[in-house]
Formats: sequence, C-alpha cells, structure tokens
Amino acid sequence: MDIQSITFLLVGLTFVLYISIAVWSRAASTSEFYVAGGGVHPVANGMATAADWMSAASFISMAGLISFMGYDGSVYLMGWTGGYVLLALCLAPYLRKFGKFTVPDFIGDRYYSQTARMVAVICAIFISFTYVAGQMRGVGVVFSRFLEVDITTGVIIGMAIVFFYAVLGGMKGITYTQVAQYCVLIFAYMVPAIFISILMTGSVVPQIGFGSTVADGTYLLDKLDGLSAELGFAAYTAAKKSTIDIFCITAALMVGTAGLPHVIVRFFTVPRVRDARISAGWALIFIAILYTSAPAVASFARVNMIETINGTDMRGTPYSEAPSWITNWERTGLISWDDKNNDGRMFYSGDERNEMRVDQDIMVLANPEIARLPNWVIALVAAGSLAAALSTAAGLLLVISTSISHDLLKRNLLPDITDKQELLYARLGAAIAICIAGYFGINPPGFVAQVVAFAFGLAAASFFPAIILGIFHKRMNSIGAISGMVVGLLFTSAYIVYFKFLHPELNSAENWIAGISPEGIGTLGMLLNFVVAAIINHLTHETPDHVQSMVDSIRYPGAAPQASPDH
Amino acid sequence: MAFKSNQDASSYWRDNIRLMLSLLLVWFSVSYGCGILFFEELNTIALFGFKLGFWFAQQGSIYVFVFLIFVYVLQMNKLDRKYGVSED
Repeated sequence: MDIQSITFLLVGLTFVLYISIAVWSRAASTSEFYVAGGGVHPVANGMATAADWMSAASFISMAGLISFMGYDGSVYLMGWTGGYVLLALCLAPYLRKFGKFTVPDFIGDRYYSQTARMVAVICAIFISFTYVAGQMRGVGVVFSRFLEVDITTGVIIGMAIVFFYAVLGGMKGITYTQVAQYCVLIFAYMVPAIFISILMTGSVVPQIGFGSTVADGTYLLDKLDGLSAELGFAAYTAAKKSTIDIFCITAALMVGTAGLPHVIVRFFTVPRVRDARISAGWALIFIAILYTSAPAVASFARVNMIETINGTDMRGTPYSEAPSWITNWERTGLISWDDKNNDGRMFYSGDERNEMRVDQDIMVLANPEIARLPNWVIALVAAGSLAAALSTAAGLLLVISTSISHDLLKRNLLPDITDKQELLYARLGAAIAICIAGYFGINPPGFVAQVVAFAFGLAAASFFPAIILGIFHKRMNSIGAISGMVVGLLFTSAYIVYFKFLHPELNSAENWIAGISPEGIGTLGMLLNFVVAAIINHLTHETPDHVQSMVDSIRYPGAAPQASPDH
Repeated sequence: MAFKSNQDASSYWRDNIRLMLSLLLVWFSVSYGCGILFFEELNTIALFGFKLGFWFAQQGSIYVFVFLIFVYVLQMNKLDRKYGVSED
C-alpha cells in the first residue's frame, strides 16, 4: 500500500474509534455534560488532561522550536510542565472540594459578585477562542500535508468529528475520547523518537540517547555545540535570551498553565479531593513522557538535518544527491533551497553562507522520513497530530459552551431554566463555538501566533491570582479581587497590544520594561494583580461570614460534595 | 465529616501549608534555580553527555516536578487520616 492509502486507513480507523466512544458515552444531564457526572477515574482523568493539554503546537511544533532555540527552548519545557505542580498543590484539590462546574463559578461565588463572574466569563471565552483557532488550523494543515485534501475540506472534516462527540457527549464524551486520543498521540510521538534515538546513538530510550555518544564517539550535545560554532550559530547549550526574560517567560507559562480554564475544569470531573490530587500527578507523568522526549528529538533531528544537508564533511551535499524527504517537503514550502553561490550544493548555516530555509515543524513531521522509517510510521504521525489537535479543540469548545449556558445564562441572565433547557443551550453553545472556531481555522487571522502569548499572559494575570487569593487569603474581598484582576488584565493586554500590534518595530529588549518580552509580561501582570488586590482589600470592607466559612470548608477534603447543579 | 475541634482545623491547615511551601521551595530551586539563575555555573559540571544546568532545564526539572506531586499526594493522604478528614 502507498503512504496515502495507509494514512487514510489509519486516520479513518482512529475517527471511527472516537465516534464509537461518543455514541457509547452520551451525556444525559448537565452534570454529565459539564463534568462527566464527577465520576472519572483519576488515571483516566490524567490521560484526558494530558491529551487536553498537549495541542497541535506541543505535538508538531515544540521539538522543532527547541531544535532552533537550543537552551532557550527550555522555557516551554519547564513552563508547560511546572504549572502542574502549582495545580496539584495549590488549586486542584480545593476547587474540587468547592464542587461546582466552572472557573467563573468559583470566582463568582467566592467573591459574591456578578461583576467578578462576568470578568471571569469574558476571560475564559477569550482565552479559549484564542487557543481553539490555532487547533482547527492545525487540523487543516495536517489534512493538507498528509492526505492532500485542501485546508478548507480538512477543517470541515475536523469540525464534523468534534461536533459529533462534543455536542453529543459533552464532557463525558470528550473525556473518554481524549483517553483514546492520548494513546494514539503518545504512540505516534514515541515510535519515531525511539527509532531516531537508536539510529543516532544506539540507545532505545531517547532521554538517555540525548546524553550519549554518536557514531564518531563524541557526545551528541558536544557535537551539536561544535557544529553550531562551525556554522555560525550560537552554542546549543548556551542562553541567548537574557536571564530575566527566560525567568519571566517560564513563570508566565507555568502560572498561565495553572490558570487555563480548560485544564482546571478537568479536575472537577473526578469523584473525590484525593483523586484530584493524584490525577494531577498522573497527568504530569503522561505529559512528561512527551515533554522529556521532545528535547531529545530536537537535538537528534538537528544533528541529522545538518549532516544531511551539509554532508558529514561540512562541504554541502549536492542537490542532485539530496534524500527524497528534502524534495518531498520542498513541495509543502516547509524547506527551501536557494543556490546562492551556484555550486549545486546545499548548505545550511547561521551566517552569510546559508542557502536553506527550514521550517520548525519539519523536525517532527519529516522525522520518520529523515530516519528512513516505514510508511506506517508516517501515517501514524498524521493520526497523532490529528489526535493532539482534536482533543485540545474539544476541551476548549466545552469551556466556551459551558461559559455561555451555565455561567452566562443559568447563573446570570436566565436563572429559572430547567436542567433540560440548560443542556440544550450547552449543546447549542458548543455547536456555535465549533462553527466560529472552524471559520477562524479556514480564514486564520494573521495574528494567531502572537495571541498565544496573550492567552497565557491573561490566564496568569487574571485567573491565577484571583483563585489563589480566594483559597489562601480568607479575608480577600470582592473589590480587592476584582481590582486586582482588572489591573492585571489591562496592564498585560496593553503591553502585549503595544509591542505586538501597535509598534512591532519597537519590540526589542532595549524598549521593554526591565528587559521583559511580551511573552513574559504576564508574570509582572500577575505580581501587579496580587499587590493591587492586597492594597484595595486592606482599605475596603470585610468579607461576609458565609463566604469565609465557605473558604474554611474547601480547605479540607471529607465528603466532597458531588458536582451537581442544585446547590 | 469535619474536624473534631477548631484547634484541629487550624493545625491541619498549618501542616498543609508547611508541606506545600517546602515542596514549592524544591520546585523553585530545580527550575528557576538550577535551570535558569545558576544555569551558567552548573553548566561547568558534566553529567554524562550533559552540562548539568542544561540537563536541569530540559530534563531534570520535569522529573522532579512529577516526583513532587506524588510526595504531596502521599503526605496529604497521611495528614487527612491523622486529622480524620480522609475520604475513605
């Protein structure tokens, strides 16, 4: 069978699997639709959280990003895993004990204020839409590269699949589909990673191969540093960004992770407080399998790519002898060659000798071909990328639909609707959200890449401090918390909008506040939020007693209320 | 089920906070400390084929994160039982 047929077969099989799960796990009540009835096993929830969290960007782009950034790429590795420690220790158990459905639920109830609820709803919807547009685009790109259908058709197929299981199954359907998607995506990531590790270093475990010697007897990373110096790149294992910027970006990503509503809401789906704690541990193990392999893949792929393009003697490989993956991927525009010195040889470097343009995504997508793996592995990578994109999209769409039906309608505008009506609105909300997401997937706004910084910055500067103070500072009142959120939000968005949209030409270290880039500014926004909240709280009224005793009650496990709509 | 006395409730919370802060101290040290602030210094030390600072930033900190969550889970389950607020 040729690659095309195997890919269609494999992708088709995974889609049948996802749809069967959706039919089997239809949601019958709002509790099942929002939090899967609160009955998900912690290990299953860990897997679902991992699939929810690891998006098309983690799967396709991250290894490539690290490959080009070297040490600086560590901000993603630490930032996107360290947040789970905060989740497990400071957020998940308490929010589970609180026992409602959404993050705006907690903010609204804890700060006894509809204004606080509305601020939270707007943030949740904005953050989730920012994210979901990128996922639908990812679905379209994978379809067009591997299956040669056009991007629009690809996005529509993706929308139809997500529509089916998100609208029908709600959180219950999404959870069990995500478990299946995790298995598909991790298998698809690890098979090529293990193969390329064996190929380069002889080690079966990529994490060990990362620190082993390559064929010529030098350590992989030393070789990479040597190659970088020879070719005019900065050393792979050295920092290029300033320490303060690396510090702040890592912190913004970590805290942002812990404040993202689609991640937090997963911890509402387990039965007990202790399950919420352990479930964060399982989630991080499942995530760490991919996240500790990614930097290894990044360095293998970089050495491999440089040696393929420049030849082991670093004189350049004649284009006529180029391996087939270069010509294959040239067609997609992910790699291109411009023979500047007309010697017919390709050359890749960090200085004026460079003749290649290489896109970061090729490091994962073309890896199986670079390592000369069989066709079914290439098909597997396609199925894995789709699993990563669809699982994250579904989780985000659920947050959007819940925000509309539950936080906006039931808890605010239409408090008298029945459970059945609320469920109908939730399904309607999911359907509309999918259409909007699909529209953005087909007509992506030019600023998708820039708004990712936005999503994390906003989550870090708004939700995280409000939730932490809500749990650990019993006397924090509504005015304090709302002012903190608003100041954090305004500061962070103003900074990002100024440097990313209004004056991109000024976006360089000498113009930044204290040398912090827009990617890391959420950290400062978060600190500002904490400070403002503390000062305003000090100057204003006391928190009502019933709220203080609610905070007392979420601080210990013991009879966690079942997540249900009637309290 | 709740606490036997208010004193129990406050000492449970105090123990919880102490555990949380000490684990967060480790969390901070491996990532922000070893992986970022003292990265250059640690890079002079070699660990097999890795420079130590680089290893912490791209591998070590993640392993420690996983370990920390499981330590927290075990210690908290113990604490829950000690104060009679366990869910089993």
